[in-house]
Amino acid sequence: MVTATTTAWAAAAGTPDPELPMLTLADLGILRDVHETAGVVIATITPTYSGCPAMREIAADLRDRLQRAGYRDVEIRTQLAPAWSSDWITDEGRRKLTRAGIAPPTGAPRRTGPVALTLGRPTPAACPRCGSGNTTLTAAFSSTACKSLHRCADCAEPFESIKAI
Amino acid sequence: MTMDHDTPYDGLADQHGDDARWAFGTGFTDPLEGIDTTVPDDLDPAALATYCLMLGDDALIYSHRLQQWMTRMPELEEETAIANIALDLLGQARMLLARAGTINGRTEDQLAYFRDEADFRNVRLVEEPDRDFAELVGRLLVFSTWRLALFDRLVDCPDPVLAAIAGKGVKELSYHRDYAAQWVIRLGDGTDVSRQRMQAALAAIWPLVDELFRVHPVALVTADRSEFDAVLDTVLATATLDRPAAAPLAAVGGRTGRDGVHTEALGYVLAELQSVARAHPDATW
Repeated sequence: MVTATTTAWAAAAGTPDPELPMLTLADLGILRDVHETAGVVIATITPTYSGCPAMREIAADLRDRLQRAGYRDVEIRTQLAPAWSSDWITDEGRRKLTRAGIAPPTGAPRRTGPVALTLGRPTPAACPRCGSGNTTLTAAFSSTACKSLHRCADCAEPFESIKAI
Repeated sequence: MTMDHDTPYDGLADQHGDDARWAFGTGFTDPLEGIDTTVPDDLDPAALATYCLMLGDDALIYSHRLQQWMTRMPELEEETAIANIALDLLGQARMLLARAGTINGRTEDQLAYFRDEADFRNVRLVEEPDRDFAELVGRLLVFSTWRLALFDRLVDCPDPVLAAIAGKGVKELSYHRDYAAQWVIRLGDGTDVSRQRMQAALAAIWPLVDELFRVHPVALVTADRSEFDAVLDTVLATATLDRPAAAPLAAVGGRTGRDGVHTEALGYVLAELQSVARAHPDATW
């Protein structure tokens, strides 16, 4: 039933991400599918990183949201392939990230052949506060697996950025 | 912004179904939840399970070794980096052990906590402790360069589950390798002392490199040695370091880590990794 499925998607899509609560699972692009089969709502999610510790909370929150929206039988499935890409973050998600002081990711690297070694300086992330491109990477890893740490030379503020993968 | 739990304590204490485990606040769900784990007809299930165990053990033991560096890193940014890398590898380990477990009927916890040393199939490179920061980044460079080359080929392997795990891993390992390479260059092309210590670290690690390229009957793919060599040569040349000429660590009666023959170091890792789970096997929170 089209209406019910749309509603189930809406209920699931509004679930906030536990580590980036300004974004919904749909904004982040980790909600891959929601559909109803024989009275069961099946929601499919994909991890951002293999070790993402939030997957369990995400599954529990998703189940909770759908049940509160009136769907009693809920099944949460994981999908690994294709692997999550930061390109899947929606435009709305990117605006929300910037408003929260986190630089959205640049385009994910594309390649043919072996993964190239990156020894030079990465493309600078634009400062989410003042918009300056005069920034430096201070650490390739940050408070969560999906972010890196930067500093803006113009407004002197540190900020995080979603890694492009 | 409303939280889905009224207080953080509710969130920590709640249980989803009856999956409570001994580790506080976890109650881990199956990392392969809802994934079709049917083994394709043309694959030998036992061999596939063993191969997943090998790749999972590499990640599990190495992740544990990296976790031992927590609170000991020279700067907060490096602490965060190593914690993130260890977490990625732990995630890979969980999925790979779970994949092996779907075939041999065991859970990831049973495989991680209740196997003995001779049942671990990791390469010996990952079990040895790093004696200084130079060994840490040197071993990470060797490990991530090899594993990236391997996973990049596994993406096309005939088991769709293993291929999917590898596909995720490639993105993570690319970051790990870049991080390690940049530190090896900084130390190698640094001061006389840092260069000397980086060179000594490579000499200590090098005897364990050949084992990574031994062909094992259950392996679905083999990493390309020339691809590995090309990356290492580029990094070492930029770092003004020499490729060590150390002889490989001998196999014991033709057997190495992949056959369950380990160095003394693995026993210490397992003692720490497994002691709580073994002392309280049925404990729940």
